[in-house]
Amino acid sequence: MAEAVRLAAETARAHGAARVVRLHLCVGVLSGVVPAALRFAWDAVRRDTPLADAALEIESTPGARWCPACAAEFDCQDWLQPCPRCRGPGAEARRGRELRIAAVEIE
Amino acid sequence: MCKECGCGMGGEATFSGPAHDHEHDHEHSHGHAHGHGQHHHHHHAPAPAHGHGTRSLELNRSLLEQNDRLAEQNRGWFRARGLFVLNVLSSPGSGKTTLIRETCARLAGQVRAGVIVGDLATDNDAARLRDAGVPVVQINTGTVCHLEAAMVARALERLGDAPLDLLIIENVGNLVCPADFDLGEHLRVVLLATTEGEDKPLKYPPMFHSADAAVITKTDLAAAAGFDRGQALANLRRISHHARIFELSARTGEGMAAWVEFVRQRRPAPRPRG
Repeated sequence: MAEAVRLAAETARAHGAARVVRLHLCVGVLSGVVPAALRFAWDAVRRDTPLADAALEIESTPGARWCPACAAEFDCQDWLQPCPRCRGPGAEARRGRELRIAAVEIE
Repeated sequence: MCKECGCGMGGEATFSGPAHDHEHDHEHSHGHAHGHGQHHHHHHAPAPAHGHGTRSLELNRSLLEQNDRLAEQNRGWFRARGLFVLNVLSSPGSGKTTLIRETCARLAGQVRAGVIVGDLATDNDAARLRDAGVPVVQINTGTVCHLEAAMVARALERLGDAPLDLLIIENVGNLVCPADFDLGEHLRVVLLATTEGEDKPLKYPPMFHSADAAVITKTDLAAAAGFDRGQALANLRRISHHARIFELSARTGEGMAAWVEFVRQRRPAPRPRG
C-alpha cells in the first residue's frame, strides 16, 4: 500500500496537482490480497501525504486458469475450483493475480 | 511495506556478514541497487495546475513493478557471474536452514555455495550456516515480513567477489507475502514439513502455485505427526501441476540425494571464462 501511495503522490506532483482525491486499485481474485488488510494499511500510510483525504476504491478483477490436462481456459473465483471440462486439478493461473493502480483522480 | 499485510512500518533492513566490512551495518546501496524513485517515467506530460476541478488519470501500473525491475537487475548480475540462485520459502520452522546447510554440505568440493538469510531479527540462522563453513550474509528485515529484490541486491554487495557457483536465499518464514516478490532467482523452492497440516497448499495457494520445486521435509517425523502423505501430495497437485516434488529428511539424509542431484542438474554448466 505504501507503494500505491508513493506512485499516486508522485503522479500528482508530476501533474502539478496538490492532492489526490481518489485512488482506484484493481485487485485480482487470485492475488491473495485481502481488501480489509489493504484498507488497514491505507489508513496508516497516507497520513501527511497528498492522499490524506483521498477515497480508496478497490475493484475486484476476475481470474482465469488454464488446465494442463485438457487445455481449457476457464474463468474462476478461486484457486481450488477444478477444470469445468475434465474436472482435473492443478490449473495454472492465467489472470487474476494483479495488484495495480488503475487510475487516480487529482485536484 | 507489503501490499498484503502492512508490514514494515518501522525502520530499515540491516545487513551483516561476511567478515570484510562489518563496520557499517547501514551501508547505502550503490552499483546496480538503486533506492527509490530514480527510474520513474511518466506517461503523461506534466500539466499546469488548474486550481479547481479534478482530473482523472489512467495509470495502470503494477504495485510490484519496482521490485520486478530490480529482480531483473539481480538476474543479470547472477548471469554475469554464472551464479545459480534458489529462493527457499516456507512457514517458520519448516526446516529451511537445516535443508540449506545439508544441501551445501553435500555439494561441498563440487559446487561453491553461498547463502543469504532473511529474518526479522537475530542472526541465529546465519550462525548455524557459518558454523558449517558456508559464506553467509544475514539480512534483518526489521518489521518487513519478506525479502525484496533491493535487499538481495545490497546483500550481494556484501558477498562481494567470493567465488560462488550457487546462491541459496533463505526467505523470511512466511507463506503469504514473499510469494509476490521476485528476487531474481532461477528456482523457487517451497517447503512443507510433515509436522504442518497437509492442507497448507490449499491455504496458501499463491505461494505453492509459484513453486518450481515443492519439498516435503522432516519425513523422519511423519509417523509421529500422523502425516497423511497421499493427501499432502494430492493437495500439492491440486494447486500446482508443474512443481517437482521431493520428500526428504535433512536430518537423517533420507531423500537428500535426489534433491541434491536435482539442484546439481538444474544448475547450468559453467560458462568458459576468458
